[in-house]
Amino acid sequence: MAEVEETLKRIQSHKGVIGTMVVNAEGIPIRTTLDNSTTVQYAGLLHQLTMKARSTVRDIDPQNDLTFLRIRSKKHEIMVAPDKEYLLIVIQNPCE
Amino acid sequence: MPPKQPPRRQSINAGRGTRKRDEDSGTEVGEGADEWAQSKATVRPPDQLELTDAELKEEFTRILTANNPHAPQNIVRYSFKEGTYKLIGFVDQLAVHFSQVGNLIPKDSDEGRRQHYRDKLVAGSQESAKVVLSEAEILEEEEESKEAEAEAGSQTDVPAAEAAEKVTQEELMTPKQPKERKLTNQFNFSERASQTFNNPLRDRECQMEPPPRTNFSATANQWEIYDAYVEELEKQEKTKEKEKTKTPVAKKMGKMAMRKMTSMESQSDDITKVTQAAKIVERMVNQNTYDDIAQDFKYYEDAADEYRDQEGTLLPLWKFQNDKAKRLAVTALCWNPKYNDLFAVGHGSYDFMKQSRGMLLLYSMKNPSFPEYIFSSESGIMCLDMHVDHPYLVVVGHYDGNVAIYNLKKPHSQPSFRSSAKSGKHTDPVWQVKWQKDDMDNNLNFFSVSSDGRIVSWTLVKSELVHTDVIKLKVEGSTMEGVEGLQLHTVGCGTAFDFHKEIDYMFLVGTEEGKIYKCSKSYSSQFLDTYDAHNMAVDAVSWNPYHTKVFMSCSSDWTVKIWDHTIKTPMFIYDLNSGVGDVAWAPYSSTVFAAVTTNGKAHVFDLSINKYEAICNQPVVAKKKNKITHVQFNPIYPIIIVGDNRGHVTCLKLSPNLRKMPKEKKGQEVQKGPAVEIAKLDKLLNLVREVKTKI
Repeated sequence: MAEVEETLKRIQSHKGVIGTMVVNAEGIPIRTTLDNSTTVQYAGLLHQLTMKARSTVRDIDPQNDLTFLRIRSKKHEIMVAPDKEYLLIVIQNPCE
Repeated sequence: MPPKQPPRRQSINAGRGTRKRDEDSGTEVGEGADEWAQSKATVRPPDQLELTDAELKEEFTRILTANNPHAPQNIVRYSFKEGTYKLIGFVDQLAVHFSQVGNLIPKDSDEGRRQHYRDKLVAGSQESAKVVLSEAEILEEEEESKEAEAEAGSQTDVPAAEAAEKVTQEELMTPKQPKERKLTNQFNFSERASQTFNNPLRDRECQMEPPPRTNFSATANQWEIYDAYVEELEKQEKTKEKEKTKTPVAKKMGKMAMRKMTSMESQSDDITKVTQAAKIVERMVNQNTYDDIAQDFKYYEDAADEYRDQEGTLLPLWKFQNDKAKRLAVTALCWNPKYNDLFAVGHGSYDFMKQSRGMLLLYSMKNPSFPEYIFSSESGIMCLDMHVDHPYLVVVGHYDGNVAIYNLKKPHSQPSFRSSAKSGKHTDPVWQVKWQKDDMDNNLNFFSVSSDGRIVSWTLVKSELVHTDVIKLKVEGSTMEGVEGLQLHTVGCGTAFDFHKEIDYMFLVGTEEGKIYKCSKSYSSQFLDTYDAHNMAVDAVSWNPYHTKVFMSCSSDWTVKIWDHTIKTPMFIYDLNSGVGDVAWAPYSSTVFAAVTTNGKAHVFDLSINKYEAICNQPVVAKKKNKITHVQFNPIYPIIIVGDNRGHVTCLKLSPNLRKMPKEKKGQEVQKGPAVEIAKLDKLLNLVREVKTKI
């Protein structure tokens, strides 16, 4: 149990990482390092996007599954790792 | 036309010379009627039409025809035969003014006959009824006479009987009546009504709490259906397994375990389920940070090599370090045989005076900032090896002489199996351990060599380590006569060993005295061969991965020597100006090897290109005091990892010149494979041998 906490701490303290959050299957954030409004916004939008992406991948081949989703924008990169029940979202600025 | 004629006559009577055209009928009155009515005085109505005499005398002819004025005169019907509309010549002129359905039926028709028959029946029954009535009257008279005679007590019965008879008569009568009059009621119907008190109505209600509701919605995609099927399959398989291993004890245990599991799950934080995702994300974040390095690793090929004329370079990639292992030197490196990006680093200390704890870290190239697995031990780790078939088993040898096996699949940081003083641990640091093939009972076993002069074979029998001394290293010619006539043997100190790739039982041992012994697993007292290799301790020995006869050794006496095991003298000798920590053969070529020295440099040699000098000679670690202790080639990728005595591991990429394959002649296919490698080395060796024999 502590391992996961440590991992999340490490990720948060990694170079360029702006924020991390854990979202459950219904799109409700469980853990976050950002402020509430931003978190809720990210959680809602990314949850839908991840569901859509996963549905797409699996529709093409049901034996396949989505491993992670990366959205690189001008300002930063949003990385989403879906799990069976949870969603881990990390926002990083890679070029710092 | 009788109803219409009188009013017409009246109008004619009313006015002379007046003619009103009756639009309704085409009949006319002849002129005779005019003459007949002339005798009376005429009265002119005020709105009479003014006509001249000539007009008055005008004759209008009227024709009486049998045509129906209302009938249409020009009916057209579409003729399919000719395809056009055709005028129908003859139009029906019949005009019906009045019609009524009568009630006369012809005698001979069905209905007429039926009615006649019915009438007959009625007449017959009426006669019989008359007869019955007369009989009844007679009976009544008789009864009445009887009444007078009967006692008062039975009077009530008789009227009841009479009433009953009357009823029966009436009943007899009534079936005949429907024949005459169809509409009468068949039953002697009397209506009798009574009203009871209406009970007051009261409403009684009961309301519960509505059951909780949730909205449920789902989609049925192809993959959801697939998932459901997979789950079903798994359940079925589980039930099958459970059936196979059925015992009541096991069931109880199973239940207990289940209960524990469920309670654990409910207690544990939701966070633990994110482990997998967290790992992936950490790697992604690292990949972003070290993006250029990752790209270099994959794609960068030093273009400058073309101009460098056979020399190559080592491109530094990642640097792996961990705070916990900061002050510990890297004492062992090993790539995982299954996962090409995973490698193990053993930490300990070479310093005799400063002995502290040890660590075993496993890193993945995908995550350079933190190790995948961390194990710590009380004593420094001096060597390690990963099993080829079971890549999760790592055997380590400690400074205090113990050996231990770590199972990566199990989460605890303690070794799964450990030797102890009782189970025959070494009395000196274990310098090298190597896994062997499973023995005949399918038990895992490995060998270890130590400075106490013993080479021990350890077997894992039913979760216990059992040891057998394979060989004891004795220094030849050093048996002394000790006190009381005991023969003392000076024990040699083994520092390195390597097993032959193909000849299973043969192996080489390097000692602290600088000798290399060729031994066999089956002979425990004698060596097959001895080589006077070095002047100082042999740090590493290694068989060539392709050529079965060639091996290499390095030592702190600054030299690296390449041998043919049939010949007592080395084939090649290289002096590297500094104590050599480690040598390793490259997995892709039989003529390439790397050596690392204590002055922080890495040397790469390729015998097929340059027999006398290194083709790459590069300082790898930053500070000069940093000694490089070990080097390992990655079996797949063109990278090497180098460990130093500060606890850092650096990953370097070999430039193309270092990985050169022989140039293909035009038209000939490039042959690859072990045979080619062997042939390559053979050629070189032959050259050397020729030189030697000549000398």
